[in-house]
Amino acid sequence: MIGEREITVTAQESARRKRIERIIHGIFLMLGLITVGCVLLITIYLVISGIPAMRTIGLKEFLFGQKWASTAAEPKYGILPFILTSIYGTAGAIVLGVPIGFFAAVYIAKIAKGRIRWLLQSAVGMLAGVPSVVYGLVGMMVLVPGIRKLFKVPDGASLLASIIVLAVMILPSIIKVSVTALEAVPQEYEEASLAMGATPIETYFRVSVPAAKSGIAAAVVLGVGRAIGEAMAVMMVAGNAPNMPSLFESVRFLTTAVASEMSYSSGLQRQALFSIALVLYFFIMLINAALNFFLKRGNVKQS
Amino acid sequence: MNVEDKQKSDTIISTKDLNVWYDDFQALIDVSMEIPEKSITALIGPSGCGKSTFLRTLNRMNDLIDCAKTTGSVFYRGQDIFDPSMEVSELRRHIGMVFQKPNPFPMSVYDNVAYGPRTHGTKSRAKLDDIVERSLRGAAIWDEVRDKLRQNALGLSGGQQQRLCIARALAVQPDVLLMDEPTSALDPISTTKIEELILQLKENYTIIIVTHNMQQALRISDGTAFFLLGDLIEYGSTDIIFSTPSDKRTEDYITGRFG
Amino acid sequence: MQQGENDMKKNQLPVRRRAYIGTMKTTMWISALITCALIIGIIVYVFAKGIPFISWDLLSTSPTYIPPHIGILPDIMNTIYIVIASLVVMVPLGAGAAVYLEEYATNQKVVAVIEYAAETLSGIPSIIYGLVGMLFFCEFAGLKTSILAGALTLVIMNLPSIMRTTQESLKTVPQSYREGAFALGAGKWRVIRTVVLPGCVDGIITGCVLATGRILGESAALLFTAGFAHALNPFFEGLMSPGATLTVALYVYAKEQGEFGAAFAIAAILMVLTLGINSLAMWLESHFKKMREQGYPQEKSKE
Ligand SMILES: Nc1ncnc2c1ncn2[C@@H]1O[C@H](COP(=O)(O)OP(=O)(O)OP(=O)(O)O)[C@@H](O)[C@H]1O
Ligand SMILES: [Mg+2]
Repeated sequence: MIGEREITVTAQESARRKRIERIIHGIFLMLGLITVGCVLLITIYLVISGIPAMRTIGLKEFLFGQKWASTAAEPKYGILPFILTSIYGTAGAIVLGVPIGFFAAVYIAKIAKGRIRWLLQSAVGMLAGVPSVVYGLVGMMVLVPGIRKLFKVPDGASLLASIIVLAVMILPSIIKVSVTALEAVPQEYEEASLAMGATPIETYFRVSVPAAKSGIAAAVVLGVGRAIGEAMAVMMVAGNAPNMPSLFESVRFLTTAVASEMSYSSGLQRQALFSIALVLYFFIMLINAALNFFLKRGNVKQS
Repeated sequence: MNVEDKQKSDTIISTKDLNVWYDDFQALIDVSMEIPEKSITALIGPSGCGKSTFLRTLNRMNDLIDCAKTTGSVFYRGQDIFDPSMEVSELRRHIGMVFQKPNPFPMSVYDNVAYGPRTHGTKSRAKLDDIVERSLRGAAIWDEVRDKLRQNALGLSGGQQQRLCIARALAVQPDVLLMDEPTSALDPISTTKIEELILQLKENYTIIIVTHNMQQALRISDGTAFFLLGDLIEYGSTDIIFSTPSDKRTEDYITGRFG
Repeated sequence: MQQGENDMKKNQLPVRRRAYIGTMKTTMWISALITCALIIGIIVYVFAKGIPFISWDLLSTSPTYIPPHIGILPDIMNTIYIVIASLVVMVPLGAGAAVYLEEYATNQKVVAVIEYAAETLSGIPSIIYGLVGMLFFCEFAGLKTSILAGALTLVIMNLPSIMRTTQESLKTVPQSYREGAFALGAGKWRVIRTVVLPGCVDGIITGCVLATGRILGESAALLFTAGFAHALNPFFEGLMSPGATLTVALYVYAKEQGEFGAAFAIAAILMVLTLGINSLAMWLESHFKKMREQGYPQEKSKE
């Protein structure tokens, strides 16, 4: 050991160095645990501030109440309209966005070459980078009047407008994750299929896609998470009336319910908003668990 | 069987002045070869001499490599496989392929075997069941997987996976089977099983097999072709190639002096 | 099994198969086209509507009520402040966490917990960050509604991303470099400071650029933490006072004040900024990858 001499010469010095190393190790450990701390912080804050209103209002009344009238003389705090709107809105966005995203992903991952591939990938990257308020603004100025004229409804700000905006917004994440999954499919699978006389297109859809199904499922789940959590863009096109969801009706999502009243709320109304956030958080945790499940399975498959 | 007998029987595949380039590198040089029907032909030669390239050219799998360029001609039952009007998908159905590394799809055993017939339009459940069973029997693996048809094929052992791949190739009722070192990734017992299987398959199929194992070539093949640096050095009956090769380089290779 | 002469000629594929292939091809084409058309449509529309309203006056003044006048200089400054403040806090935390995970952590369970927490963080919607940021930074920590509170909220949001990019680049620092330094008798911290950290600067830079893009586009998390004031302040004063970033200003002008000209002008500016930043991030990633490949030749051949 080259340290031999040093150690004997300055035992004190070496103890000091060890102490410093330990302190530094401790500092890095704290930094490492920051993410864990943040998750705990968020969870605890939401639970602590979300529970009281649920207690006061009554869990059943809160979750399944069909009427939200927080500022009425006799306030009602039923969030079923928001829950259903979030679910329908997300489902709609998935129904609209997933097929487009899926086929575009297969095209990018398997067929597009050279400049076209680059162009498509840039388009996807750009779509992912557009700020939500810009989506909201374009939706507000193009989609909302468009829906009003096309379907002859009094106001185009509706569930349908939200669904379309959300579908566009989840498109890039669906495409990106699916492309990654499809590209990871081992070449040998495709060769085997081609060698049996399947054409390339048949091979992509009957071998590559099934082989990448966990990754594609993860892409869809990721899209669900994005859609259910989006606030600002939806705020600008949904109309924000606390109606039960209907395609051409003005609606309010879980996210927009929080955002639209927070700035002027107080007392039980404010507490109820935190409870809504807690419900949203619960949904997100479920989605995260599903996402992890699919991602893990995807990895196991490929190894 | 000796080489004269071979030449009397029908030629199923013949190549004429076949050249293949990968960009500027020439991997096959003027290869002309006639392969008789219902026989086993072994392709031997040191690594990189073009055996796989030759094999992959026969069912046009080399089309998939962007930088590959081919000249010369290959005839399958008298038809030029590079003819613009040739339907590649049909060609590959007639000339099946088994790869070095067992590559079953990540699906059930049944779906693996049914994949080819389904692709070519067989929808009827009864017909598929029949094809699957026949193919699996044909690949001598039926008894081992008959209770596992619904299980994922990736759960089988390496040797079983390779026989499953053979069954999968048989399911489209090919005429010729191209095998690229089908046993090099397997243990000795699985290797023996596959060799026996290949000998059985000779009854109905023409088999062209690449191997690095001289004993294997000697055990199973009727004809042997020796490649070196893209050249077909010598081609003839296996017995003659291994006992009295006419080219010095063949002899050197067989006796293990290089490669 | 003997086949007829013209058996394998073209157009021999059965109609069913040809129809399937054609349908799939067309669907993929349309999906890819939609993806491209969406981003091009959005860009063209926003620029067409926004550029006419962009003027030096708009960019260089503050808004006033009397006379009614819109200027976005304060919003631009606030955006710059919030980006700087977030990055300054985020880099040491995120990079430190990454160093812990890659260099110190030996317990795989701890690593798994930290990584799971990071994944969870990246799945939480921004509106929830906004809410918890408001409760924790503005109210509990007493920062009031301020740029600083907003910045700290954004730090938590963006931690996972900078952790990931730093981790990825740490993984590419060849083990032999560390071994070389250890063999000279250097302590762990010294090795990290002199050999490991300089090697991961590229990851930190990429992470910062990505985070900047995300911060520029963020709005929901800032609404209740940084507020929507349009006051022009110097940096440190600005940090402690409320202020709207460009995205929040866009939202306010479009949704609350009906000032669509200003909204589109901001949208156009945001698009230029986010598109530029995203391309920069993409370029950096490929550039750094190339540099690394050239930088560690002996390591590359070993793999
Ligand atoms: N896709 C490719 N691109 C470029 N060169 C290639 C490609 N495939 C093969 N080659 C080259 O062509 C030559 C012949 O390759 P081939 O795979 O046919 O050899 P082989 O005889 O099968 O070797 P092995 O016994 O190692 O499998 C080799 O020198 C190889 O490097
Ligand atoms: Mg080979």
